[in-house]
This record gives sequence, structure tokens and C-alpha cells, in this order.
Amino acid sequence: MKRIATLLALPLLSIPLLAVAVPVQAQDHAGHAGHAAPDAPAAAPSPSTEATAAAPAEKPAPAAPGDHAADAYYDPAAMARARAALRYEAGGMPNSMLLIDRLEWRPGPGADGHAWEAEGWVGGDIDRFAFKTEGEGVIGGKVEQAEVQALWSRALDPWFNLQAGVRQDLAPEPRRTHAVVGIEGLAPYWFELEGQVFLSNKGEVTARAEASYDQRITQSLILQPAAELNISAQDVPELEMGPGFTSVELGMRLRYEIMREFAPYVGVHWERKLGRTADYARAEGENPGSLRFVAGVRFWF
Amino acid sequence: MASPLLSATCDRRSVIRGVGSLAGLSVLGGLFPGWAMAGTAGAASGPGVLSGEHIRIAIGHGSVTLNGRSSHAVTANGTMPGPLIRLKEGQDVRLSVANGLKEDTSIHWHGLIVPFQYDGVPGISFPGIRAGETFDYRFPIRQAGTYWYHSHSNMQEAMGLFGPLVIDPAGVEPAPYDREHVILLSDWSSLHPHILLRKLKQMGGYFNRQKQDLKGLMAGRDQSLSERMEWGKMRMDPTDISDVTGSTYSYLINGHDTAGNWTGLFAPGERVRLRFINASAMTNFNVRLPGLAMTVVQADGQDVEPVETDEFQIGIAETYDVIVRPERAEAVAIIAEAIDRSGLCRATLSPQIGMVAPLVPLRERPLLVMKDMGMDMSGMDMGAGTLDLSAPVDAPAKGGGHATMKMRDKSVAPPSVRMGPGVATLSAAPADRMGDRPTGLETVDHRVLTYTDLRALVPGPDRRAPERELEVHLTANMERYMWSFDGVKLSEGAEPLAFRHNERVRVTLVNDTMMPHPIHLHGHFFELVNGADEKQPRKHTVNVLPGGKASFDLTADALGDWAFHCHMLLHMHAGMFRVVTVRPDVSKAEGAA
Repeated sequence: MKRIATLLALPLLSIPLLAVAVPVQAQDHAGHAGHAAPDAPAAAPSPSTEATAAAPAEKPAPAAPGDHAADAYYDPAAMARARAALRYEAGGMPNSMLLIDRLEWRPGPGADGHAWEAEGWVGGDIDRFAFKTEGEGVIGGKVEQAEVQALWSRALDPWFNLQAGVRQDLAPEPRRTHAVVGIEGLAPYWFELEGQVFLSNKGEVTARAEASYDQRITQSLILQPAAELNISAQDVPELEMGPGFTSVELGMRLRYEIMREFAPYVGVHWERKLGRTADYARAEGENPGSLRFVAGVRFWF
Repeated sequence: MASPLLSATCDRRSVIRGVGSLAGLSVLGGLFPGWAMAGTAGAASGPGVLSGEHIRIAIGHGSVTLNGRSSHAVTANGTMPGPLIRLKEGQDVRLSVANGLKEDTSIHWHGLIVPFQYDGVPGISFPGIRAGETFDYRFPIRQAGTYWYHSHSNMQEAMGLFGPLVIDPAGVEPAPYDREHVILLSDWSSLHPHILLRKLKQMGGYFNRQKQDLKGLMAGRDQSLSERMEWGKMRMDPTDISDVTGSTYSYLINGHDTAGNWTGLFAPGERVRLRFINASAMTNFNVRLPGLAMTVVQADGQDVEPVETDEFQIGIAETYDVIVRPERAEAVAIIAEAIDRSGLCRATLSPQIGMVAPLVPLRERPLLVMKDMGMDMSGMDMGAGTLDLSAPVDAPAKGGGHATMKMRDKSVAPPSVRMGPGVATLSAAPADRMGDRPTGLETVDHRVLTYTDLRALVPGPDRRAPERELEVHLTANMERYMWSFDGVKLSEGAEPLAFRHNERVRVTLVNDTMMPHPIHLHGHFFELVNGADEKQPRKHTVNVLPGGKASFDLTADALGDWAFHCHMLLHMHAGMFRVVTVRPDVSKAEGAA
């Protein structure tokens, strides 16, 4: 609607606008009431003697002009370049972030383990390219689980992002490739939430939900409880994954932000395989549950 | 007119020689113009003061050292702050700005009524000044008062490219004084402003080191557990007062931090005019001279009826002229405290060089209340013996609890507001906060200046009633660090705000955020609708308090295109910016034809 009105107004505006240059110059010398010096006597009394605090009468706003006043004084091409630069500088600059949320050592009764969780993004306020990676393994041994995700992220509302893309598993074998769709964001009471659904190249559907909360003890000491739940829609024997809830993880990490960007932490990490997934683990002679002390660093830039 | 005396008490040149080494303590190479040197006798004229018909400014690189840390600055004539430009009402001036940088630059004459093509905003008034080029600004000086100038390019303002501009009146000075000092407030970070913005985009609360924590809860400080839950449910932080804080900023007076102790001289009994200018990038200050009353005589360069106060808040880009009269031969502190109380700067007014005024401790960090969220529930959070002198008479009487108030109810905003990820909240019941004490000063036990205290010395020139009303919402999402007007960033192709030439419009700014925003309109003075009727004060910048609204009457008397933006530099760079267009009234032209 508004655009149409603007277009209609263009021919009407164009004639007086050509003359803008002249009145602008003239106004310096013309008796210009609004520009009177503060200590100059007030200009001729205004047409209306109503108090200025009176409620304003209704009159429609003029249509936005389609031209640029400075084009009358300067090279329009130079002005166009400057306008583009101004738009870029006033909200158009992209940004990026790389967050290594967990890079940790998990000493165990057997071999010591390690784990990582990282994510990053590059782009504007609404649309971003995002990537995530997580995994775990045995120090000096094999990587048991590892994945990377490449996602398009779009802000849905002030708090949540819709994310869609692909996930490539690097371990375990056989490696799956998945389509991903998910939502992440900040829930009431400052809970960080994330939910993702995966469809693998073998047609398997799985899902993952995560939640965490940062409890500031002091300005630099932060306790972070975190939970993760994994779900599978079907039995996948070759990946030793049963149907239903496959595993649950709970963690409690206490970090000290030496600076915002760098925080070592200690904590505990408990995970347990569930249902038939647990049975698969037992059949392999593994304990389906484990409780580990963890120590690591969180850093970002 | 009063004689702004050069010095009755000491010889200017010996003063400057005497403090040359002192100045070197805080800034390498004595990067101070004469007016800003510690020990200055006054700002009337002398080294570092540029006057006359033709003024030359060379933009270049410099280095600033504070707290033993040296960082890059952009300077005017080699200094940060730049030289004092001192003009006379009625003169013509030519200002030649030479760009010695490797990037574009510009100078905007903040508060000066100039033809739009000399307003100095690249992309609106002119193309900018390219590297190696010199641009001549030419315009007549048609006003008097305290103003300033700064770059409008690529955050150079946050890197030191600013300075004071004072215009002496052609006629009688309505607020005579015996001596004057420019008191220019600024903030300085060794981090590049682009890095500051990047950190905030990565983590909205990055610089806030005064958040509520468990330790505070245990000690019974700050909000109660139930209040914390209530605010947490809304994902709102009551400590979110300033984006960039003393955790990275050094706060400066005339380029000196507290240790640098800028000192201005006075003789006991003199009327000393202090021309306060807030040239900060991101800091609103609360200003006081402990033990000394101030008489405010000018706001934004426009004379006001003298009003006495003990403390005032100065939004970024605002100016206040006050007159103080220290009677005793004792050092007096000038305290500029960041409104989130994460830091302050102390300077000294002194009868002689070498005295240091006592430093005052930082006061307790304030907490925002429901009213700052645009939920004006009379008395609900302001109870418990809180001294709230400021409750505006026309505040809506909200009887119901906030449970009935939504945080983001589109129906409270006009259709021009676009809801999206950049609008986290809309003020459900914004109060007219013209009469409110500004953020953090609600309960201090001395006089505090409010906008309703300001009355123009002479009635405004245009007393027509407004023909129409325009509502503009100040919108934000602190978590994503998005800032805009009406939910649309300039970069998103925001429509200009269009005005007819000489029409009179009441503009109401509704603050949908929990931060005060100093909103600046180029090329015009507007009149604050503060109940002063024909003496509504004229300003170029209005500090809109959190969750509240502020109205001004504008006569759109300056043809051309103008910038309209939040003067929090990073808000502006995040998109809180619009073009204002003033065009001949087409309907009138048709009527005449």
C-alpha cells in the first residue's frame, strides 16, 4: 500500500524537488522563524495562539520522497556509494563466533576418555551459516563417536533459531549422513534449549534434546547443569542403537572465567544407555552407565 | 557581556609549560590542545583554540596511553580531544577538513543549524571526505551556545575524533560569568570499536560485570529470589544498564582519566561557567560537584531559565552549561560517574595548580524496575519508602498486576512497528518520563535535574499546535544485540521519516527497551513537551528513559535530508538510524497553482 502511494507521489514530487537546491540556499538568508537565534526576539506571532501542549490534530504523514537531496549538490554516483556504505555500517555488518564449549578430559577406571563440543556461526542477525561438532573417544585410542553439522540458521523470534542442514558422522562405522532440522534458543528463566531431528541416508529417524543453565555464583564462577536425551525411532543393530530412548546424559560443570573468552572447568559427567541400546552394550561386555570426573576448558572468539 | 577572562590569577604560558610533563603521564607526546590541558585557566582563547573565518582541521592518526596501555586514536590537529572551535554568532565560517587517514572521514557539527549539504553525514548530506582530500564546509553561524563536532564515519568518533565548539552570542550573554571551562566527557577503550560491537553480537551481556549472582542473593543484595524468578521468566536482566562498561572503558574528562586529574583554575567568588559536553561513544554520565550547587543555564546550546541543581544526567551528545560559584580556596571535584556505576572520572577545579580534589567512591549499582520495562504500575516496585518525586501526573493508573501485561503485545504499537527477532519487548504501559529522575538517580538524597526543570529562556519561535503526531518506537533485542527504530534497521532499507517543509509535528518516542537512549535529530532544534508551554526547552538530543516515552514538537524548517539516530554509537551502528526528509509541501504547491 505504502509503496504504491510513494510511486504515485513521485511525479507530483519531482517538480518541486528539482527546486530544492534553490530554497535550501535561500533559507540561510530568508527570515526563517524556526532558526531564529535563541536570544533574538521571537519571530512574528504564529498564526495560531493555541498552547503548544494541546493535543495534535490529525493530518496524514507525507509519502516518503523517492529522491535524495544531496544528489543535487554532489556526484550522484558518489552519493550512491556513500549510501550503500551507510546502510552497511548501520546494521548490515556480518559477524562471527567460534565457541569451543567443551574440550575435556574424562579420566576413567579403564582408559582415560576425551570429549568435545563446539559450534560457530558467521552471518547477520537473522540468517547465518552455523556449524557444530561433537564427539568422544579414548585418549590414545579410537574415536568412538564424532559428527559435524553444517546448518543454515534463521532467527524465528527474539529468542529461537530454526536450523536446517546436514550432519556427517565420522564415527562409529558405518558412517551415516543425515538431514537435520532443529530449533535452538533461550527459554524463559534463561534455559538454553536445543532440539534436533535427524533423517539418515539409510532412512533412520533419530532425535536429540539438550538443555543447560548457567548459574552465576560470582561474576566469574559459573555452575552449569546440563542434560541431553537421545531418541531413536527404530532399531539399528549395526549401530547398536535400540528403539525409543537410547541414552541420557547429565553433567554438572563449574567453570571459572579467567576472562569471558577463556574458562577452565571441572565437573562430573554421567551417562547411561537405555532400553535395548543398553542391552547391546551389555552384550558387548560394556557397562551401559558411567560416571566420570571431567576437567576441561571452554573458550571462544 | 561578561569578560571571559584569560587569566587574572596566573600566566597562561607558564601554566602550560608547567603542566607539560604532567599531561605526558596520561597521553604520549602531550596530545592535548591548550583548552584541555590540566591547569588551564580557561577556555576563552589561546593554543588549541581555533577562531576566525577560516578554520583548518587535519584528521590523522595518534596514540593514546591510559593505564600504561597504548592504543590507536584518530585525532583532529593531532590531539584527542580535538581543538576547541570558538566562533561568533553572525559570522560566516569556512571549515577546511583535510583527511590524512587511509579511509573516508567526515565531521558533523553537532547541534549547528547548517544547510544540509554541510551537515557532514556520509550517505545523507554528502559523500564523505576521501583519503587525502580536503573538504570545505561553509555556512553562516546563526546561533550561540555550547556544541561539539565529531566524525560520522566508521566509528572514528569512538576512536577520539571529536572536539568542542563554542559560539559566543552576538548580543548580551544572558548568563554572565567570570571564567569558563569546557568539560568534555568521553569514554576510551583500548579495544577497537568494531571489536566492542563484535563482542556484544557474540554475547549481549559481555561487558556487564555487575550482574546479579548467587553470592549476592545469599548476602541479601539486589532482587529477592521471587523477583529474580519473575525477571528470569521474562528473560530480562535488571542490571542491563549499559552495554559497554568500566570493565573496558576508562572514563575521561578533557582527555584525562582520574589519575591524569584534569585541573581547571578559578579564583574564589568567581562565577565559573562549565560547558559540559558528553562526547562519549557509549556512556551516559551522572555529573556532580560534591558540595557545590550548579545553576543550569543552557541545555544543548540553548539558553534556559537558570535552575539550581546538585546532579544531572547527561546523555551522550547532550550539552549542559552550568555556573558554579566556589567561595573557598579549596579544590572542588567534578565527578562524572557512568550511569551503571561501573566507573567514574574525577577532575579538579582548583584555586591553584597542584591541588587534587578528593575522590568519591562509586555508588551502588542501580537496578532496573518494572517501570523501566514499560510497565508502569504505580507504586508496585517503587514502594518501600522509595523517594519517587518524579511520578508524572498523566501516568496511566494501572490497577491490575503485571500478570495481565504482555511483554510483546503488538496491539500497543502502531502498524509501522515491524515485529521480528529484533523486537524482544514492547512497552505495555509506557509512562511519560519527562519529570522522572534519570536512571540510577531515583533515590539520591539531593536535587536532581529532570527535563521538566528545563524552561527556555525565551519563548519558542513557532507556537502553532502540531498538525499531526508521529510515534517512533525504540526497539531492541539485547540477547542478539539488535537495535532499531520501529523494528527495522537502516540496513534493511528502512523508509525515511518524511516531513513537509515547515509543518509542525509532535513526535513521540516510545522506548521499548530497558536502556536510556539519547536520540539525536540533525539540522533542527525540537521542543520537549514537558509542560513548560511556550517555554518548552529546545534541544537537539533527547534522552528517552527506559520503558518510557518522550514527546517533542518539531517545526520541520530545514529542507533536505537529515540523520536521525540513537547517539549510543554501537546502537547506531547496529541499525538504530533513520533518514529524515524535509520536502516542500506538495499540497500547498498544488493549491497555489
